[in-house]
Amino acid sequence: MMAAMEPRAARSPAVATPLDQPGWPRPAEVREWAAGPAWLLAKRQAGLARFQELGWPTLEHEDWRFTNLAPLAEQPWPPAPAPTEAVLPAERLADFALAQLPGDRLVFVDGHFSRRLSRVRPQPHSVRVSSLAQALAEAPAWSERWLGREGALVNALTALNEAYFTDGLVVSVPKGRAIEEPVQLLHLSTGGQARRASHLRNLIVTEADTRLTVVENYVSLGAAATLTNTVTTVVGGANSVVEHLRFQDESAHAFHLGAVEAELGRGASFVSHSFALGARLSRQNLRVILGGEGLEAVLNGLYLTGGERLADHHMIVDHAAPRCVSHEYFNGILAGRSKGVFHGRILVRPGAQKTDAKQTNKNMLLSDEATANTKPQLEIYADDVKCTHGATIGQLQPEAVFYLRARGLPRETARRMLIHAFAGEIIERIRSTAMREELDRVVWDRLEQDEQVHVGP
Amino acid sequence: MQPILKIQNLHAGVDGKAILRGVDLTLQPGEVHAVMGPNGSGKSTLAAVLAGREGYDVTDGQAHYLGQDLLALEPEDRAKAGVFLAFQYPVEIPGVNSTYFLKAALNEQRKHRGEAVLDAIEFLQFVREKIRLLDLNEDLLKRPVNVGFSGGEKKRNEIFQMAVLEPRLAVLDETDSGLDIDALRIVAHGVNQLKRPDRAQLVITHYQRLLDYIVPDYVHVLCGGRIVKSGGKELALELEEKGYDWILGCNTCAGCESVAA
Ligand SMILES: Nc1ncnc2c1ncn2[C@@H]1O[C@H](COP(=O)(O)OP(=O)(O)O)[C@@H](O)[C@H]1O
Ligand SMILES: [Mg+2]
Repeated sequence: MMAAMEPRAARSPAVATPLDQPGWPRPAEVREWAAGPAWLLAKRQAGLARFQELGWPTLEHEDWRFTNLAPLAEQPWPPAPAPTEAVLPAERLADFALAQLPGDRLVFVDGHFSRRLSRVRPQPHSVRVSSLAQALAEAPAWSERWLGREGALVNALTALNEAYFTDGLVVSVPKGRAIEEPVQLLHLSTGGQARRASHLRNLIVTEADTRLTVVENYVSLGAAATLTNTVTTVVGGANSVVEHLRFQDESAHAFHLGAVEAELGRGASFVSHSFALGARLSRQNLRVILGGEGLEAVLNGLYLTGGERLADHHMIVDHAAPRCVSHEYFNGILAGRSKGVFHGRILVRPGAQKTDAKQTNKNMLLSDEATANTKPQLEIYADDVKCTHGATIGQLQPEAVFYLRARGLPRETARRMLIHAFAGEIIERIRSTAMREELDRVVWDRLEQDEQVHVGP
Repeated sequence: MQPILKIQNLHAGVDGKAILRGVDLTLQPGEVHAVMGPNGSGKSTLAAVLAGREGYDVTDGQAHYLGQDLLALEPEDRAKAGVFLAFQYPVEIPGVNSTYFLKAALNEQRKHRGEAVLDAIEFLQFVREKIRLLDLNEDLLKRPVNVGFSGGEKKRNEIFQMAVLEPRLAVLDETDSGLDIDALRIVAHGVNQLKRPDRAQLVITHYQRLLDYIVPDYVHVLCGGRIVKSGGKELALELEEKGYDWILGCNTCAGCESVAA
């Protein structure tokens, strides 16, 4: 290959033009996609071409300096096939976190919707809660309108998703309506075949004066190397109140890439939570466009890693209208040799006066070998704004551990209490009580199981 | 009769620096002992070594609590056995609710004694009365441990915890510092209420003032890491009158120098 002669390509020959590897299917070769709407096939083809053009991100890329996708770039990742048999009995779903939440739950297995495992009830007032495939069939014009747009996050990974997405969650809430119970997406990665990818494309569209709570829940059934690559678009209309929680607890061999792009209108209130507990490598890209006056966005996240894991959050908070408030709170708890990465970009566009943007990233290292990389990036093109950011990297306070032990609490309990308190700063911002209590339980259980919590001061 | 605490020839330091240089002290059941001394004389180090704080190395000597080797125990095991330290600087613990913390601590100790653990309601009943004893607001129980407490509240909170945990041996490290006279009375009253024939209290203080309210059976003066004089409660008054340099004469520790200056 000619490319291999060039020094840059020689370092990572698979990266520059990934499709040169055999094993990536072309969308037109997939029977179902070839038979589908022409606009969608064209979009998939464009996505694949863009992925080829951009290539896998490398460490040289400014946005990827600390997160190395080279292990992903080694081989092709064709989409996982739909499972041919039942992967698990429906009762087993009760074992997963957030399973007890009321409301509709759409279950996807390796990117494919499972009607058998899902609970979807008819919705009144033209509210839609369905799979994307069903939305494409039942509401083609609506689907084309929202899927056909250029996204707010355009990069190699979203391009890859565009080429290969199999299905996803669709929620649409018309003006003035609300869905009271949380709508949940549960994605199970079976790893039935190693090195297969699941691409979900989720669309959450709420019109003016609506209320909605959505959960995305990603877990693994096996321990195989899998790739999950999702794109979620949230469109929050004027005065909408949207709470979005993303819970990622995939296996220690999984790669997890998740993009969330949210566009919010005047007076909206958007709260996004990202909990990254699993995966060998996870990257959460989030771009929030504060596009209408006087809206509020709270971006809240917790990453809890151990072993050799890496959890990366890459945020873009885009203030495009005046008098908006954005608050980012991200806490990381890093054990073993794990890595936490946080990049928080705040962009205040000309005219976005009276912006109030705040960003906090706190990292607690539980071992000497754990590392945290945190980088704020402020770009401010308006003069009457309030922007603050702060980042810390520290350890458990030995004085606090001693204080608790001096009252009779065993060392492990003392450490767990303090770590849990640190996680609690994030958990307590979850507005839905049932969700908050569940996340609190999940995190506490994890701390209790995790041996790595027991080492250190 | 078995002493509650018997310290013999205790030497301890930090990072190779000798701080305690041969302390001997015996507390019999029912007794209250005061340890006084200038700043830097090693009072907090003594308290830290008794409570088991990490970073302090015992290089010689022993401490026995009810006949067992206290220094061999982990801090939590000392607490469970009935040793309590009221901190000179209580630590703020954001995110850990006071009720949750104290209930967990009490239940650890109850489990250790083979008693039934208290549930949330029983615990609240149990502590309600004690919190009034220290004239603290019940709201405090809903707040994170020591977070946003005033200096006085922190000190009263220490004694409140002591009232809840009912230790056999209480070590109070400058619980009086930073308290106004009303708060001092309240704290002293709380401490006195916890006096029992089978318990002992070691009250560390820089000033004599506290000892007007907590009347000690014995007063010891610590200087340069040694007890240089012991006596009855009148020793405290004498110290107050004449200052530390009158008694010490060692003039080797930073404390003596600063007092002399
Ligand atoms: N953790 C420590 N590290 C270093 N020096 C210490 C430490 N603790 C105490 N010291 C030193 O030991 C001496 C006695 O301190 P301390 O026990 O706090 O005295 P007091 O409580 O009587 O004021 C002081 O010189 C102090 O600086
Ligand atoms: Mg002191």
